[in-house]
Amino acid sequence: MRTYVAKRLLQIVPLLLGIAALTFLLLTLAPGDFLNTMAENPAISPETLAAMRRNFGLDRPVYVQFLLYIGNLLRGDFGESFSRHQPVFTVLRAGVANTLVLAVAAALVTWGLAIPLGVWAAVRQHTWVDRVLSFGAFVWLSVPEVLSGLLLLLFAARTGWFPVGGMHSLDWDQLDGPGKALDLLRHLALPALVVGLIPLAARMRQMRASLLDVLRLEYVTTARAKGLGERQVVFKHALRNALNPLITLFGYTLGALVSGSFVAEIIFSWPGIGRITLEAILAQDQYLVMGAVLMASTMLILGNLVADLLLAAADPRIAYD
Amino acid sequence: MTDRHGPERSVSVLGARGSVAGAAPPPTRGAVSQPTPARLFWRQFRKSPLGIAGGVLLALFYATALLAPFLAPYAQETMDRERFFHPPQRLHMRDAAGRFHAPFVYATTLENAGEFRFQEDRARIEPLRFFTRGERYRLFGLIPADRHLYGVDPPGRVFLLGADPFGRDVLSRLLFGAQVSLTVGLVGIAISFALGLLLGGISGYFGGWVDNLVMRGTELLLSIPGLYLIIALRAVFPVELPSQQVYLAIVAILAFIGWAGLARVIRGMVLSIRRQEFVAAAEALGVPRLRILALHILPNTMSFVIVAATISIPGYILGEVFLSFLGVGVQEPSASWGNMLNQARSLRVLTSFPWLLWAPGTAIFITVMAFNFFGDGLRDALDPRSLPGGKTA
Repeated sequence: MRTYVAKRLLQIVPLLLGIAALTFLLLTLAPGDFLNTMAENPAISPETLAAMRRNFGLDRPVYVQFLLYIGNLLRGDFGESFSRHQPVFTVLRAGVANTLVLAVAAALVTWGLAIPLGVWAAVRQHTWVDRVLSFGAFVWLSVPEVLSGLLLLLFAARTGWFPVGGMHSLDWDQLDGPGKALDLLRHLALPALVVGLIPLAARMRQMRASLLDVLRLEYVTTARAKGLGERQVVFKHALRNALNPLITLFGYTLGALVSGSFVAEIIFSWPGIGRITLEAILAQDQYLVMGAVLMASTMLILGNLVADLLLAAADPRIAYD
Repeated sequence: MTDRHGPERSVSVLGARGSVAGAAPPPTRGAVSQPTPARLFWRQFRKSPLGIAGGVLLALFYATALLAPFLAPYAQETMDRERFFHPPQRLHMRDAAGRFHAPFVYATTLENAGEFRFQEDRARIEPLRFFTRGERYRLFGLIPADRHLYGVDPPGRVFLLGADPFGRDVLSRLLFGAQVSLTVGLVGIAISFALGLLLGGISGYFGGWVDNLVMRGTELLLSIPGLYLIIALRAVFPVELPSQQVYLAIVAILAFIGWAGLARVIRGMVLSIRRQEFVAAAEALGVPRLRILALHILPNTMSFVIVAATISIPGYILGEVFLSFLGVGVQEPSASWGNMLNQARSLRVLTSFPWLLWAPGTAIFITVMAFNFFGDGLRDALDPRSLPGGKTA
């Protein structure tokens, strides 16, 4: 197990280097650069421009720029953000934390709804409950998050029950501990709902199918034959085994939620990494874009790794060496 | 953009492998005639009412997009400076005095210029004229014409779905936007599936370093969260682009992303097909290997590919919506469903002029749902081993 983890972690390094190379290539192909835009600003002297060009290595051949970047990256230096005049790492650290908060909250929404609904549909198989849930899930698959996000934004604006964007209220600094938590939760609720509802339909159907598979097994029949109540059969005996395949999906979902939170971050002005990426692209802030894509990819890759490890931990039949 | 369909989607359709059109034995003369694969398919597909409904809806939508300049009362750029944010008008058949008419709308007057509030003027009836003369256009880009399905006599205006911030007819823009939003998916999927088939096929059949290279490439692409990759790829092109080039850029971006997942599945299928006897027979006969791949192996993946393509198209459509919604896709004054949604982003528009959200939102929702229904029906029909509904669960 330990060697397996080590091997998987080592595989991540070339993958991340590849991603860095790909994004670097893409942004080198991009027309113009940030300094060209700055050159049109009369308030900035040519000397400053030349100095910046030198500092960022923009006067050197492309491959030297790339090697410089990778070298810095390996030392943990993500470069400077042109547009924010801050180290990229500082900008990203806050963004990654905010996106993770959103993704974890969204995962709670997904699983908190998917497991009970899936179980309900399974134990009521072939009834109208099952049919309505299945059809509803299928229809919900077709609602793009741009639409569900805007609808919830409209809801917030009309009712005034939830803030319409951002992460904190204006008086955040004056709030005490519980007040802060409550304020954060109120801001978090709608974006988490938007993101969390994306994978809900698929997860619910998986939960249903998995439980139905287990309910067909012989040990369940045995449990029923012993005279156990249906409630005990389902929740004590069947459900635990039925949850097993979903454990893997938990990690994958977490990765997918990072990508899924992009749109919600834009609509609800959540200061996460997706918002940072969009702003960086519009400002042609090369290093910030590369850093953000790297960070988002890292979260996705780690999510998948966690998925594999969780499965190994939960299912003794799977052995990695 | 494939997030919603997640890994489990592609895994579940894997089961469609080897449900093969080419595997049916050829009809032998004299024997009872075997149903053709097409007939077998139709017999199955007929059983899924939702699949048929989806297919009919899609045919209708694409026909509508094709005929957009005729069906729309105005061109997509036509502005009306007197009627910004004009609300949707109701069609009436009966006037204030209770008399019946052909369908008409009431003329409106601007009541409050600051809040763009319009009031129906019950005394002024604007009858809807059918096949009326209006702005000139070219049907299918070729045939010059000036007839429109409906309209009202100028200087009146008809906004059945309301007007946008520039006084442009939302319904017209929806129809013209469909030309972009509905075709982006088709063109994108054609390119990316061609790439995926080719690279996956070569990778699986030839193996060796090519296989290694292609697989590492797909791993790389699949490790970057979809929307981040889309937006990073968008940076390759200038922010401001003429609308036709933007269209090509979006297609290129979506195609570049989409091939990776397919290539991996195709590779797996090719690995198993190439061990079958008919491949060994073709090799023994000395058929060139690329020919074997193209004519003997890849056709066996077709029923899977058709289903996978249908299910993937909504992802491509949403990719365009995503880019245009963020303001880096299709640019004004050209319409697309994504940049129409972009107009609904501000709180003021959302609360005061909600039709700007409903119109494109509903169009996107119905299109995606039609594709999902159609794809589900296709899968049930093309893959006899799958039980309806049980497949993706």
